[in-house]
Amino acid sequence: MKNSDFSYFHNEKICRYFLDRIEDLNNGENTCFMEVCGTHTQAFFKYGLKSLIPENIRLISGPGCPVCVTPNERIDKIIACSKDRNNIVSTFGDLYRVPGSASSLEKEKASGANIIILYSPAESLDIAQKNPDKKVIFFGVGFETTLPVIAVTLLEAKKRNLKNWLLFSAHKIIPPAMEVLVKSSELNLNGFMCPGHVSAIIGSKPYRFIAEDYKIPCVITGFEPVDILQGICMLLQQHVAGENSVEIQYRRAVREEGNKKAVELLQEVFEPADSVWRGIGNIPASGMKLKNEYSDFNAEQVIKIDFQPGSKEPSGCICGEILRGIKNPSQCRLFRKKCNPENPVGACMVSSEGACAVYYRYG
Amino acid sequence: MDIKRPRQKLDDRKILLAHGSGGRLSRELVSGVFRKIFSNRYLDELDDSAVLDNIFTAGDRICFTTDSYVIEPIFFPGGDIGKLAVCGTINDLSVMGAVPVYISCGFIVEEGFPVNLLEKIAKSMQRAADEAKVKIVTGDTKVVPKGYCGGVYINTAGIGVIRKKLILAVDRIRAGDMILVNGSIGDHGFAVISAREKFKFGGNIKSDCSALNDLIMKLVSAGLRIKFMRDPTRGGLATVLNEIVENREFSIMLEEKKINIREEVKTLADLLGLDPLYMANEGKVVIVIDCRDAGKALGLMKRHSLGRSGSLIGEVVRRPEGKVFIKTASGGMRIADMLVGDQLPRIC
Repeated sequence: MKNSDFSYFHNEKICRYFLDRIEDLNNGENTCFMEVCGTHTQAFFKYGLKSLIPENIRLISGPGCPVCVTPNERIDKIIACSKDRNNIVSTFGDLYRVPGSASSLEKEKASGANIIILYSPAESLDIAQKNPDKKVIFFGVGFETTLPVIAVTLLEAKKRNLKNWLLFSAHKIIPPAMEVLVKSSELNLNGFMCPGHVSAIIGSKPYRFIAEDYKIPCVITGFEPVDILQGICMLLQQHVAGENSVEIQYRRAVREEGNKKAVELLQEVFEPADSVWRGIGNIPASGMKLKNEYSDFNAEQVIKIDFQPGSKEPSGCICGEILRGIKNPSQCRLFRKKCNPENPVGACMVSSEGACAVYYRYG
Repeated sequence: MDIKRPRQKLDDRKILLAHGSGGRLSRELVSGVFRKIFSNRYLDELDDSAVLDNIFTAGDRICFTTDSYVIEPIFFPGGDIGKLAVCGTINDLSVMGAVPVYISCGFIVEEGFPVNLLEKIAKSMQRAADEAKVKIVTGDTKVVPKGYCGGVYINTAGIGVIRKKLILAVDRIRAGDMILVNGSIGDHGFAVISAREKFKFGGNIKSDCSALNDLIMKLVSAGLRIKFMRDPTRGGLATVLNEIVENREFSIMLEEKKINIREEVKTLADLLGLDPLYMANEGKVVIVIDCRDAGKALGLMKRHSLGRSGSLIGEVVRRPEGKVFIKTASGGMRIADMLVGDQLPRIC
């Protein structure tokens, strides 16, 4: 972002303009929008926007932090992989401290496991090349935003003929989870603030059924203060007028048709599969698994993982309810007590975009 | 059998375990590298301890500190482990209001480390010491087997003198005091990350590693009502400010717009999901100062080469929570809490 962009998208006067519009549109009724994406949750708090919008308009966090929705079974299984000293597990920093049923990658590393934190998946290819006698497992977690990059990495591994680079996938896609939430009777949502980066890949069409079939306004929104306030404004406008459509606020990054090339790449390597979400359970066709022709890169097919099923969620933790949007972190009896960023009990306290970590840090 | 081996020049050689054994090779290393580079009348004696001149007059207090330096990579844009080890200790003394005078250094070197790099590090230390007018008066070297450390670790300790009358303490801070910082924050942390991870972007970010004693002494000797100073190294600006307000009856209110963060740092921070407020600085000082002297202090600071982009970033406010608040550029407000653990790069 250039300086001029920063000053525009953080400009107090422009923010004030949208805040005034929100005040004008506000009918005083309790209104509830869900920001699906963890980056929105973080930005909303980090930029102090919570202190600016009227109290009757609530933004609740949804299941859009990829680390948070990864169930313990995935964490336990990758921990089991890391216990085998013939393996090197490489992953992003957010996953490093997520507690599984009994351990975390961080604890395993302290006991001597080969675990490397990456800034980019491509680094794992170099690690594989330098360690031909080890299996280098990339623990891939993320939504549509991350998937094309993982696909490119895998295709590059194939090109370089790296037989020891493997993917352990916990990838998911967003729209099926949104459908589960609108169908449930737990929530009474008035609109979705749809994720900007995910939508840069998939475009606006995949959300249409939410607006058309379930009559819920959707606005694809960017991540700067002006974006978020304008996004709230657009949602409120639809809600008050009784309209339901998918609008794009984040025009500078998102087109209706999305990024066709990225989607093609993603579809070249991955195909939909059922997937378990922490707190929500199994959602049909909400995950992305490697296609059969790439099974040579599938860690779960290539290596034997010494793993006993029976993962447990920590007792007292309400991450599940937080991810479904029916509770907020301060309603958890462990929050700020037994559960804090130093000793996280649940995943939402680990990732910088997890609702609990955001409430803890900025609340 | 008496085989004469040609003696290699020290320059071409690598550190051997024997260089730390106390024998002939140890002596060669000390005289060929450290004594040659650090040479001064205290160190040249090569006794078990340095015997120093008295620098104190009645009422002065002794300031004594130590710190160990472990950094990867050893050389990074804007500095290296040697410069860091000297400047870091000088800064720890300076923020206490002390004039740094003597420094010791202990090296832990890994077997196989190139001697020419050790020399480069020592030269960099001497340059930093010369610029700051301090003397490296005593030292020690140990060698550990290959694989036991990341090249070289350095410990430095420093002695400084606090002239009588000067009292700096958190207890003296009152609501209304201002917070002054001498420039952009997060540069060191991001320079080191970019160098370590060999990012193709963010290459212009240089560490701010520098000795602050001259700048600080200019402010102190101007008789300004400085209440407290700290160098925001590990944990960054937000952590230092949180330490100040912890369990206090006052809070700190920062203005985001006034905090100087370089454009390239901002971009890299956004990309990696790291917050510059929590990233290390090695050439910055946070000064809490009586508001009546804040403008004058800022003026003096801006005339110094290490304070040109200094700014008043916030003030101490009468809020009993003991927290650090930030007024964001967009007009909102939030808390900047203490950092827990390491900042870790995120997924998307």
